[in-house]
Amino acid sequence: MKTTFKLNGKTVQVETQSDATLLWTLRDHLGLTGTKYGCGKALCGACTVHLDGMAVRSCTTPMSMVTNRSVTTIEGLSKDNSHPLQIAWVEEQVPQCGYCQSGQIMQAAALLQNNSRPTREQILAQMNGIICRCGTYTRIVRAIERTAQNL
Amino acid sequence: MENAKTIISKISRRKFIVGAGGFTFLITTGVIWPKLSAENKTANDGTITAWVHLQPDGKVIIYNPAAEMGQGSMTALPVLIAEEMDVDWSMVIIENSPIIPEIYGSRGFRGGNSMITVGSRAVSGYYEILRQAGAQARYVLLYNAAHKWDVPIQELTTDAGVVIHKSSGRKMLYGEIAEFAKSPDKIPKIPKEQMKQPGQFRLIGKNIPRYDIPEKVNGSAIFAMDIQLPNMVYGAISRSPVNGARPVNVLNKDSILEIDGVIDLVTLEHGVGVIANSIETAFKANKQLQIQWSEGAKAANYNSVEAFEKYENMAEDASIKGSVIKNKGNITNALQNAEKTYSSYYKNDFAYHAQMEPLNAVVSVAPDGSSAELWVGSQAPVSARRAAAQALGIAEEKVEIHPCYLGGGFGRRSMSDYVTEAAFLAKKAGKPLKLVWTREDDIAYGAFRPLSVQRMQAGVDKSGNIVGWSHIVVGTGGRLMTSGVNTLFYTFPNQHIEMRNVDEGVRTKHWRAVGHGPNKFAIEAFIDEIAVGQKIDPLEIRRRLMKNHPRALNVLETAAKMANWGTAPPPGRGRGIAFAERSGSLAAGVCELSVDRGSGRIQVHNFWVALDAGVVVQPDNVLAQSEGSINFGLSSVLSESLTFKNGKVQQSNFHDYNVMRIADAPENIEIKIIPSNEKPSGVGEAALPFVGGAVSNAFANLTGIRLRHIPFTPEKVLEALSS
Repeated sequence: MKTTFKLNGKTVQVETQSDATLLWTLRDHLGLTGTKYGCGKALCGACTVHLDGMAVRSCTTPMSMVTNRSVTTIEGLSKDNSHPLQIAWVEEQVPQCGYCQSGQIMQAAALLQNNSRPTREQILAQMNGIICRCGTYTRIVRAIERTAQNL
Repeated sequence: MENAKTIISKISRRKFIVGAGGFTFLITTGVIWPKLSAENKTANDGTITAWVHLQPDGKVIIYNPAAEMGQGSMTALPVLIAEEMDVDWSMVIIENSPIIPEIYGSRGFRGGNSMITVGSRAVSGYYEILRQAGAQARYVLLYNAAHKWDVPIQELTTDAGVVIHKSSGRKMLYGEIAEFAKSPDKIPKIPKEQMKQPGQFRLIGKNIPRYDIPEKVNGSAIFAMDIQLPNMVYGAISRSPVNGARPVNVLNKDSILEIDGVIDLVTLEHGVGVIANSIETAFKANKQLQIQWSEGAKAANYNSVEAFEKYENMAEDASIKGSVIKNKGNITNALQNAEKTYSSYYKNDFAYHAQMEPLNAVVSVAPDGSSAELWVGSQAPVSARRAAAQALGIAEEKVEIHPCYLGGGFGRRSMSDYVTEAAFLAKKAGKPLKLVWTREDDIAYGAFRPLSVQRMQAGVDKSGNIVGWSHIVVGTGGRLMTSGVNTLFYTFPNQHIEMRNVDEGVRTKHWRAVGHGPNKFAIEAFIDEIAVGQKIDPLEIRRRLMKNHPRALNVLETAAKMANWGTAPPPGRGRGIAFAERSGSLAAGVCELSVDRGSGRIQVHNFWVALDAGVVVQPDNVLAQSEGSINFGLSSVLSESLTFKNGKVQQSNFHDYNVMRIADAPENIEIKIIPSNEKPSGVGEAALPFVGGAVSNAFANLTGIRLRHIPFTPEKVLEALSS
């Protein structure tokens, strides 16, 4: 199956099996390994990317759903770690093992796109789908709040 | 043992000499490589270091010997070298060291040199080794500058990447020395007096940003999961649902092999592997496999929920003789003669590691089968290499290992079962192969923190002193259950500690702080039960028990002060205090929580924590590790439960194995690091063991009801509230 879509601003065409998901297509066909496999069931959020600006779980997004739409992955968030969330993530020294952080940052980016001044409760509600086993939650909240203040 | 010389020569070709134009400090005490082999030195005396490569442009490559799984030691360890070498940190490049324990190891648990990253030991284990290595590297620079300028070495000093001759005003950048550097015949061991004193530290104790973080915010950090090789194929395995069962027959072999993209099936001792041309096909085929398993595995009768009753009976049974861990005074008499006695059971379910990166490894075997490469995130790279070599039937030095970032370890990645599997499949495939466990595989064939029952008994005299303390741990997991069962900082005149183990045939393993979680929960909650019974303040009862340990007492007092202990908590909230030591560090925490009496949900509002970990190399990272430990601990205390039914794990993914999410994390965590010049101790787990006790104590403070079974799920809380 051939799918044409916009990936990080560029039009791409990719040939996959008919039941392929966006996650493994990104990772194994398109070489973008920043998006992670964690559960395969949209339960942990490590695979979160943007589909037309909305945060989605790529592990349960079939390629057929992506046709002619726009996908942004962690690699497309900025060219040089300059997205305000990436800056805040470094300033707050958020990541530990780092495996979930692409998903955390992409979820947070979608949140701030829709709501530049989220309350703490809104942050928790939006971020609750992304598990961090290392327990960096304390700093994730801080980094999002710091970014929102600077926007 | 592996052949260190062979590996060194391989590295020298591949890495060090190829780094043309630079200078590598391959130093032993008194000898510099390449004289190492000429000296015929025994390679395992623990004195060899080979840590730094200096480039003419002034960049300093420092080799990191430990696995980086999020704990930050890939930055903290090079900081130790850079401090004593007096390097300008902005010039530092960090690379993984080769896996040669004779050179890059620290003292292992069983003596000898080890490169296993476990037990929060990285910084404490390498502290002296790497400061010495840095000091010796600095000596080599001074030696060379002294020769160049023809001045006595004693007249030279350094300052952040520059050698200085004060009396003549001359200066030389480290990079300039790389152009002409020669190794002295002998490098002395630098005495401690000549090394920096804590007051002179420029890097230790300051906050050096973690080296790995920039690549962890843009997706470029490479985990083994991300390795892609030309012509790579993929593997997935269906493992025995009951540990110990073997595959007897694949019932639908033909239809599996007909799936488009499936290349081969491989029968292993404990499962059946699929080799396919994509990971999704491998997963799909894996799921469809219908396997007939052998009967009669030991674990097949195991029901973990029912097991608690059996373990309680075993704890009461005087005829059972377990392993006695401590027997001081006469506990029987102490309990018989006590003015008042206390007795309680504490329990905990199995806990799963749930590291976010499911287990995986990449193996590429040479066409002639004589050598291989391995990409893996492992806490135990030496074992991982050995596992691959054994599976392939080749010598260990024929396996080149490429350590990758670990997407969480927590003890699970100190096992090498997944490496063995990847090697078997790669051999069969005849192509590079990536083995990936699905999340379901990762849970079903996990190795868990043991389930245990803790029988606590205490006797108190007329003055309210605890004169007898008995702690019997019963469960499955052997010595994993006993870490933290000792009360190193509480003094009891009569004390008995014993472990009674049943091998149920299920897989158990170290898990962040292992037995310290359940044991310190039981100890700290039981002390509060006694405090309540004796009408003594929980802080005061601990003060009395700790009176001979001023350092521990200071930690306790500091946490209490941070929490304004002694003042009433806000309405609707309870406070609990607990203390625990782990990997040499001392920690105390005060938890403030409330409970939703409708749903049974506990919300932690505040955690105030004091930590004494000796010299702290990276303070902000220690805070991060402590926050992480509290969240990890709280997750196990509030929500994590793994159960077995007829030997089968009953949970399958994050919908029924509940790892804590952001909304359930404490609203506020405050941590105070107590300044100290003592040797560093471990910080990766130190703030975990007190969590269970602090939460149980806070809940009892709020409701008068004691929670004694981890996890305190909403269902259990409701049940406790209604009883």
